[in-house]
Amino acid sequence: MISSNSIFNSLDSINSLVDSGGSNSAYQPVQLALKQISMVYQGRRGLLDRLTGRTSKDYVAIADLSLEITANTFVSIIGPSGCGKSTLLNIIAGLIEPTSGSVLINGKEVHSPAPDRGIIFQNYALMPWMTVYENIRFAVETVFPKMPLGEQRQVVHQFIDLVGLRGAEKKHPHELSGGMKQRVGIARALAINPEILLMDEPFGALDALTRGFLQDEIERIWEQQRKTVVLITHSIEEAILLSDRIVMMTKGPAAKIAQILDVPFPRPRQRETLDQMRGYHQLKAEMEQHLSRETRAVEEARI
Amino acid sequence: MTIQATTSKKGILAKIDKNLLATILSLLLLALIFSIWELGVNNQIFSPLMPSATQTAQDFWKWVSNPFYENGNNDKGIGWHLLVSLRRVLIGFSIGAAIAIPLGIVIGLSEVLSKAIDPYIQLLKPVSPLAWLPIGLGLLKDSESTALFVIAITSLFPTLINTKFGVANVDRTYLDVARSLGASRWRTIQKIILPAAAPSIVAGLRISIGIAWLVIVAAEILVGGTGVGYFIWNEWNNLSITSIITAIILVGMVGLILDRLFGLLQYWVSFGRQV
Repeated sequence: MISSNSIFNSLDSINSLVDSGGSNSAYQPVQLALKQISMVYQGRRGLLDRLTGRTSKDYVAIADLSLEITANTFVSIIGPSGCGKSTLLNIIAGLIEPTSGSVLINGKEVHSPAPDRGIIFQNYALMPWMTVYENIRFAVETVFPKMPLGEQRQVVHQFIDLVGLRGAEKKHPHELSGGMKQRVGIARALAINPEILLMDEPFGALDALTRGFLQDEIERIWEQQRKTVVLITHSIEEAILLSDRIVMMTKGPAAKIAQILDVPFPRPRQRETLDQMRGYHQLKAEMEQHLSRETRAVEEARI
Repeated sequence: MTIQATTSKKGILAKIDKNLLATILSLLLLALIFSIWELGVNNQIFSPLMPSATQTAQDFWKWVSNPFYENGNNDKGIGWHLLVSLRRVLIGFSIGAAIAIPLGIVIGLSEVLSKAIDPYIQLLKPVSPLAWLPIGLGLLKDSESTALFVIAITSLFPTLINTKFGVANVDRTYLDVARSLGASRWRTIQKIILPAAAPSIVAGLRISIGIAWLVIVAAEILVGGTGVGYFIWNEWNNLSITSIITAIILVGMVGLILDRLFGLLQYWVSFGRQV
């Protein structure tokens, strides 16, 4: 079922419910591998907590999750809310350490964040005291301190142009709309030339029209840059439009991978015509079924 | 159509700008206070010491129209006294800030240090800065430096506490950005933590200068020599209530200006964040 040269597979024997049957075609090296990642948040059981009767059990957010992602693949992770998607992304980013398991990039274990992974945050995470130019410049200067100033300036302008923000260089984030802020976030993440781009629900805070526009932008930019991307999302349409592979997670606690789907549609993709592709509706229905089942279980567990 | 109808029903009051209305009310209130004051003095309801409003206004104008005269050491214009007090506050405040900001940054960055120093801050914070005055006199043996010492102590705590708070509570995502880029500790402090904490630090400075300006009057009453506090005490000895009222109004105005200046600074470092 699992071949060593499959572009993308779920390795772990416990979790591997299904691997998508597809593309075993060309050999692609694994760029990002998660090996049996578990994330447990310790409950309260100190002496004081026990005396006051406020102990709580450990919470297992992610249980024994393994995943391999090959270079230049766009992967979306989708799942019901509270399933630990963002935790997983933060683990990949190195911002939090998993309780057990390891993250490997090009075969090497990583334990801390590094500029080989660029992050696009849901809340944009722009520095309010820096202009658009300065926000991107800060990233470039931090990652490439030895780059000549002229070149730094050139790189910053290049990525401002890429996301279509020319003319807004001197504006501060509070003068920008949400969509423009996230475009700065995208430019900042790309300007450091990361190997892997991590996006944590990057369009979650935007209105539907802006979201669609930025999805198209991401599709356009991805066509140019072809980075490895891990996108956390809630949106089925967004996942199908952008991804090569879609990882569907089960609900938490002890979230794991339920299923990995291939998105076979040729690129560049057009939002307007994508639903006319053969298999689109089937794919979408499959995802909707899974997500509504998991979401129902989450909601029922809350009662 | 309906909108027009409703506005016309509301009458004249609704059409007047709210700010204008407030100004008119404010002036009416002033007139009311002045009339009660004037009538009270004329009908000898108040103590005979109390000057009438018109006398006070005349004396106020006398002081304000010639603030910088000098007839020997004991008879100077009120402008000089205000300048002396202002100078003391600014020097004392600068000393306080020069200690409080670096110390606040250090303890804001280190949880251990913060916990170690916090008991002292909590203990000393509620003490009136004037309680330090005798210690200042004992240590420094000089009234001028004692005044600066008291103002420095006054300015210390609000700035210290706010700086610590601002530095310790920098938005996690800013720090995540710095970490994900591999920024050094020093670069993170310089480029992220300090600008992120700046509104908080300036808020502390604003509180500090406000309290310093409050305390200087009392400190100068006790220490004597020069300054607006000394002026007030001196005029009390002369039983010149009009001069004291003049001083109160001018001290208030200077305090207001100081506060507004720091308010501007706060706005200037906030970049759209909530002030």
